Amino acid sequence: MTDNASVSRQVCGNFGNDKGRLMDILIGVQAQAGCIAPEALDEIAKSLSMNRVEVESAATFYAFFSDKMRGRFVIRLCNDVIDQLQGADRVAAAFRAELGIEFGQTTADGLFSLAYTPCIGMSDQAPAVLINDRVVTKVSTDMVREIVQTLRTGKSLEHLKLTLGDGNNSHPLVRAMVNNNLRERGAVVFAPYTPGVALQRALSEQPVEIIKIIKASRLRGRGGAGFPTGMKWEFTRAAPGERKFVVCNADEGEPGTFKDRVILTEAPGLVFEGMTIAGYAVGASEGIVYLRGEYAYLLAYLEDVLAKRRAAGLLGRDILGKAGFKFDIRIQLGAGAYVCGEETALLSSCEGKAGNPKTRPPFPAQKGYLDMPTVINNVETHCAAARIVENGPSWFASMGTKASSGTKVFSVSGDCAQPGVYEIPFGITVQELLARVGATDTIAVQVGGASGRMIGPSEFGRQFCFDQLATGGSVMVFGKGRDPLAIAHGFMDFFVEESCGYCTPCRVGTRLLRERLGRFLEGRAEAADLDYLEKTSKVVKNASRCGLGQTAPNPILSTLQSFRSEYERCIKKNGTVFLPSFDPGKAVAVAAGIAGRASEHFGTKKGGVKA
Amino acid sequence: MANKPKVATCSLAGCFGCHMSLLDIDDRILKLVELVEFDRSPINDIKRIEGRCAIGIIEGGCCTEDNVHVLEHFREHCDVLVSTGDCATMGGIPALRNTIPLRECLEEAYLKGPSVYNPSGRLPGDPEIPLMLDKVYPCHEVVKIDYHLPGCPPSADAIWETLVALLSGKPLSLPYGLIKYD
Ligand SMILES: Cc1cc2nc3c(=O)[nH]c(=O)nc-3n(C[C@H](O)[C@H](O)[C@H](O)COP(=O)(O)O)c2cc1C
Ligand code: SF4
Ligand code: SF4
Ligand code: FES
Repeated sequence: MTDNASVSRQVCGNFGNDKGRLMDILIGVQAQAGCIAPEALDEIAKSLSMNRVEVESAATFYAFFSDKMRGRFVIRLCNDVIDQLQGADRVAAAFRAELGIEFGQTTADGLFSLAYTPCIGMSDQAPAVLINDRVVTKVSTDMVREIVQTLRTGKSLEHLKLTLGDGNNSHPLVRAMVNNNLRERGAVVFAPYTPGVALQRALSEQPVEIIKIIKASRLRGRGGAGFPTGMKWEFTRAAPGERKFVVCNADEGEPGTFKDRVILTEAPGLVFEGMTIAGYAVGASEGIVYLRGEYAYLLAYLEDVLAKRRAAGLLGRDILGKAGFKFDIRIQLGAGAYVCGEETALLSSCEGKAGNPKTRPPFPAQKGYLDMPTVINNVETHCAAARIVENGPSWFASMGTKASSGTKVFSVSGDCAQPGVYEIPFGITVQELLARVGATDTIAVQVGGASGRMIGPSEFGRQFCFDQLATGGSVMVFGKGRDPLAIAHGFMDFFVEESCGYCTPCRVGTRLLRERLGRFLEGRAEAADLDYLEKTSKVVKNASRCGLGQTAPNPILSTLQSFRSEYERCIKKNGTVFLPSFDPGKAVAVAAGIAGRASEHFGTKKGGVKA
Repeated sequence: MANKPKVATCSLAGCFGCHMSLLDIDDRILKLVELVEFDRSPINDIKRIEGRCAIGIIEGGCCTEDNVHVLEHFREHCDVLVSTGDCATMGGIPALRNTIPLRECLEEAYLKGPSVYNPSGRLPGDPEIPLMLDKVYPCHEVVKIDYHLPGCPPSADAIWETLVALLSGKPLSLPYGLIKYD
């Protein structure tokens, strides 16, 4: 076994014993030592002059860290809603049978661990698994057998012969089995790109002019909340601070969202160019890309793109000959936490802490990374900003609708013939999109991921845009035979798992809601449970601290609205005074077994019927 | 007075502390007897509710089949049920066993505990002893409960105010001091 303490010392040294880089240090120790053991925590705390509890708080927060030795190959199967519909259960059973362990366990030979994970951004090629940082898509039970046998004998990931995906997925630095499934390229994000053109144009203007241009384009954030980008930049520019930062949110954890993955694969230069322009506009010289741990397979490739941009004078000092303008970008890897997509949690994580959200205000534009003014934008927003500078605000504003200008990159998954990525101007209706993706007999569409809304056919005439159906990109299609309540229950599983646990309404409320929704699925619900769901949802929404808790009841609230009859159909009347959720026969069964006699009142007959 | 509203009370998996608190209304008990007639209650030892009751006061949660049976009986015969005290509303102290499987609880109590003397080596199985439930249930997880009165026990004043409000149909006012327990 590798010596945890000495590995820790060495990794800390590699990062200059800088406690701000704790995240990278933990990632390094986990990778090299196979776990972050108690001795490692001691050693890291000592090397970084931190309290041990601070280190522990971060080390225990992220799903990808473990205090016990894991297998050499950690297999994480996505068990999110879409994968479940595509047979993740069969794949799980095959892994269990092949390895002889349950999920959460490690094989005796120390080779394999099995774990579940929420959406890994491969919903258009589900079921998908991560094996360490390698992605395997469209996994079948046959493939499971093959993977296990290969790894068992070869003992190295290099032996896995995976078919390489399209586009840059087969780039020598990526070599991933991932497919872009880029079905429609629009005029903004996926149009041909020449490095430096937008930046050159930006540098010929004053920074304040750039902000004016972005405002005139009416660009709004693509990460979900839709905040006007120009305004965010203006606030950051105006905020006092000796350092300023530009952050690119590439955490992409919202189930069913995978468009940022494709953007980073096919247009990383445009993303970095947008960040550089933002840096120029707000007066920042440092940028950070927060890349979700699930996309670590893109890291070497992205680093290479950054290196090439440095070499070409597009990053670094005196960029494109502009004296005094410097800007550089580092990539911060995450480690498996949905909440880190929330901007303040993301900043906590970049600072090397547990990914707990911070209380807003102050907003990042005033006090962000290291308490300095910080612009945070989604991957796609940075791309759009670069294009707007390149082609002008009216060009951009002429696309889409009045309140939602430009194009949107959608990631479509679920029951349709062509799942994948579509860049389409805002304003397209659900019906039109469904036709383009080859969806028939659609009964429900989940717009905006787990935190979004589920709509039924009566709303398919509505448009995708900020003031009708808003989405950060995720569109999940559900066809005939799917059960909206079971899907909503799957999303509640996600929130229960991903709540950071800081505030009670979110930590406890999500569980209460899931349990009560479960009663409908199990035929144990009564009419009053509808009221309970509504009331509890409101409490969770209003009393939670961050966007996760504030949106966690949405699967329930939106199905209560769109699929109320499904709920009503499940309500049970049992003809007794007992609640349908209480079965007296079942409650006494254990004791009856122990005592070897039937219950006095609630015998072997059905619950509630007196003997 | 023939048609005074009836009140019934019971103690399920409770300690009778809530009933003691009810008796703590002191001389107001005389006023209460003027207002209502007591049906089944440990206070008069009537075992089955004899007529339709306006109010049922429930102390304790459900730990055994008998508790469930009594609660069922109350729900059938009372217009309004009040879960009174933390045991009734949340399971209380008895619910501490809920994290331990029933068989383990019984074995610890009757076979393995350090002070147990049980030469027969058997768990009690006498039909006279009601079977225990798999866990302790607060009353509202068994039947519909109309009101919840917190406290261990709720103070005499809180119980009094609640009864008066229910009987007079006036809105209940429980000042913070009456439901504050820390
Ligand atoms: C729980 C949660 C997760 C989020 N995840 C992401 C994400 O993965 N990517 C993203 O761009 N924004 C995410 N957001 C939104 C960010 O907080 C923030 O609004 C966004 O990055 C701002 O960029 P934009 O204005 O360009 O959209 C998330 C928000 C919440 C509450
Ligand atoms: S709302 Fe949920 S995720 Fe957000 S801070 Fe509270 S517990 Fe954490
Ligand atoms: S709530 Fe307190 S006083 Fe009332 S029965 Fe339970 S333990 Fe006794
Ligand atoms: S990869 Fe499984 S739902 Fe996205």
